[in-house]
Amino acid sequence: MANPFSIARSSQDGITILALEGYLDAHTAPQFEKAVQEEFEAGRIRLIVDCSKLTYISSAGLGVFMIFVEEIREAGGDIKICGLAPKVYQVFEILGFPSLFDIVDDIPAAVKKYEETPVRES
Amino acid sequence: MVPVERTFSLHVPSSTENLVMIREFVTSIGEQAGLPPAEIMKLETAVDEACSNVIEHAYGSDVTKEVSVRATLDDQILEITVTDTGIGFDPSTVEQKGLDKLMRGRKSGGLGMLLMRKFMDTVDYSISSDRNELRMVKRLKKE
Repeated sequence: MANPFSIARSSQDGITILALEGYLDAHTAPQFEKAVQEEFEAGRIRLIVDCSKLTYISSAGLGVFMIFVEEIREAGGDIKICGLAPKVYQVFEILGFPSLFDIVDDIPAAVKKYEETPVRES
Repeated sequence: MVPVERTFSLHVPSSTENLVMIREFVTSIGEQAGLPPAEIMKLETAVDEACSNVIEHAYGSDVTKEVSVRATLDDQILEITVTDTGIGFDPSTVEQKGLDKLMRGRKSGGLGMLLMRKFMDTVDYSISSDRNELRMVKRLKKE
């Protein structure tokens, strides 16, 4: 069976972009957690999570954002989210993520958000 | 005309690897029920959350155990029952905290139960001597 989930890492203007592809559930969330942990430990705390190829997310995946965001903000960084398909967005929305995270359309908008609001108040 | 009730069952080893199979099963039931894609996604997520709880908590990721999902469909409701024989744990007793509190506590626990409640019309839990059952209902005809 093909890998149901993958993460592509790139960087732009000192910001790390983690592009998620496939489905993020209790089986695949540990991979995402490890990727964010590695960025944080390396001091790369300005993150954009590109979800344009993410087809599904459950609480295990959402939990990764919850676990790290406070610590990253305390260190002066942030996690900005972009590219959510409508059916994936409804999961973020129903839990109230839009009031706690910057969620924008695409990577350029997320980069611009870093210029406007480098760290979002929790 | 007497409504026809249809029942479908899936039994899989208790491993998170099988969540994708469970979601595919539930999606096909949702399609049979005539639910729109956004509602199918909600159904899929609610059942995924219930089964993830069983796999990780009730069975402690013991792959020799089995998770059972039964779907009963008539023209009024779609009822999904997730059954296990692991450690009985009523997820509805988990204190429901707001997202901001969970974030401040660096915790993600409780999000799954919150999703089940938001995405289904009814969520009940029962623990008997030999098994635990989580029953979720989605009404097909809204009043």
